[in-house]
Amino acid sequence: MIETRGFKILRAFGLVFLSAVVLVPLFVVVITSLKPLEDVQGIFTWIPSEITFQPYLDIWKTVPLADYFLNSLIVVCIATAFSVVIAVLAAYALSRFPFKGARTFSLMVLSTQMFPGILFLLPLFLIFTQLQRTVGIQLNGSHLGLIITYMTFSLPFAIWMLAGFFASIPKDLEEAALIDGTTRMGALWRVVLPVARPGIVAVSVYCFITAWGEVLFASVMTNADTRTLAVGLRAYASQTDVFWNQLMAASVVVSLPVLIGFMIVQRHLVTGLSTGAVK
Amino acid sequence: MAAPQGVRAPREERRRRRREKKAQAAVANQVVQTAGGGWRTRIFPYALIAPASVMELLIHIIPMILGVCIAFLGLTQLTIGNWTEAPFVGMENFIEGLDPAGAIGSQFYAALLRTVAYTLISLALAWALGMFGAVLLTSKVRGRGFLRTLFLTPYALPQYVGAIAWAFMFNQSDGAVNRFLVDDLGILDDRPFWLLGDNAFWVLVIVTVWQFWPFAFLMLLAALQNIPTDVYEAAAMDGASTWKQFTTITLPMIRQANLVMLLILGLWIFNQFNIPYVLFGSGSPDEAMLVSPLIYEQSFNYWNFGLGGAMSTLLLVLLLVVSAVYIRLVMPKGKQLND
Repeated sequence: MIETRGFKILRAFGLVFLSAVVLVPLFVVVITSLKPLEDVQGIFTWIPSEITFQPYLDIWKTVPLADYFLNSLIVVCIATAFSVVIAVLAAYALSRFPFKGARTFSLMVLSTQMFPGILFLLPLFLIFTQLQRTVGIQLNGSHLGLIITYMTFSLPFAIWMLAGFFASIPKDLEEAALIDGTTRMGALWRVVLPVARPGIVAVSVYCFITAWGEVLFASVMTNADTRTLAVGLRAYASQTDVFWNQLMAASVVVSLPVLIGFMIVQRHLVTGLSTGAVK
Repeated sequence: MAAPQGVRAPREERRRRRREKKAQAAVANQVVQTAGGGWRTRIFPYALIAPASVMELLIHIIPMILGVCIAFLGLTQLTIGNWTEAPFVGMENFIEGLDPAGAIGSQFYAALLRTVAYTLISLALAWALGMFGAVLLTSKVRGRGFLRTLFLTPYALPQYVGAIAWAFMFNQSDGAVNRFLVDDLGILDDRPFWLLGDNAFWVLVIVTVWQFWPFAFLMLLAALQNIPTDVYEAAAMDGASTWKQFTTITLPMIRQANLVMLLILGLWIFNQFNIPYVLFGSGSPDEAMLVSPLIYEQSFNYWNFGLGGAMSTLLLVLLLVVSAVYIRLVMPKGKQLND
């Protein structure tokens, strides 16, 4: 766009406005997490009476935050790993071989990606109940049950995004390797995967972020022992007093891993989202 | 005579190029396919999609079929423990849950309409903010990289953290919003309840827009940066205003990216559960009840899975129609990813 003076003035104001929209809630979270308890019991104040890091120490004692953290890590890491491994294979097939049924398979992946989790939660909950009754495998309330439900959204997404990444990698590389006598799996493993690594990392981080922030499945599929952060944070608010300062401190702590991951891969994420979805 | 020829020549050129490209692709495919040769090559792609197909079957297809089946069962608190023995009740759940004249049916349709309104309003606002930010940051400005990262933060945060932050700010007695409006600005005299009644719906919209506008921004920015700058230079030379350039060049050129983005974002917002659940708990106020939380409430608060199943089935049919439109956009007939 050609930048007139009017546009430049508008841009300055616009960027300040958008920054304020983003920053005000973030400021409220961070400043509240640094307040002593007396400060958060009355009307909200923009400036704390004193700055204290005590909430960041207390959060681990008020509720078993470390356990929730560990539960979240286990479930989200395993669900992401399974999804990405299965998706790499399927996406490679979709992006390289014009096989019969490829279109049907893509249609299935694409459409299931768009259905709300509640459509899968009800029947999966019933299947898990019945499995426990007949075979004795406990899935409701177990890590495995939550992992399976998390794959309902991360798997189709990973397949779709990775297929976009693979399609953008030139075929010449593997062809050279195949002519040199490498097996097909070898070509995927040693030639394609190294080139596609930024894409695979971006997809993994994206799956991780989505699963980390998921509430619906976690609210049904976890119990006191397997509670994840998404549900566990409510414990700060369910006592007679709401420990707002601790709740905000805990929010900062649980956001850090995904924020850092996001910052690292954001550039590849843009490429992946726009080639995968907007093709 | 010169003019039509001038038009025809590039078209033929394009055709020729396309033919060449196809031929090249065919050769390339042949190399990939024939190396190794035989039946092993033919089944290789099927072996690759086998694990994904099995998972799709187990976690998507079978549950979806079962989801439709449970809508015909009398699944309540009493029968849930051993639901395969639950009585067949025919259309009873559909009549109770989807009859616009009934108590639960009218609640369902109200929630459906409300969800559509909530989706359209949030989507329009998220698009406007995202487009605004993307236009401002398309060209090189000082601090562009930093601002881009900053704008993406609400989207990168775990969804429940964003919702918790806003729930705190909209708190009736001690929230930051009332502090600002009542104590700092003095616009309002009494402290309104934001998370109850009609206000709750608008709080839902605000939180949703705050969390999702960065996604619109991200996708639109990528699309805008693909537009060659010389198009604008030519338009400016002809004296087109900035606004004119935006409506006649920018919007048409990103049409496809725009449509796909709106559809994906629209579906995410329509399917939203996390934000209302964190803001309002397991039961939303009536004025802010969306479809997903309503099905959740019927199923897991009242243990009436048959009713939840009937509502899910109708939702599934609606979404199938929408997804058909989406698929037309992303994957036109006969086109495959490796084309």
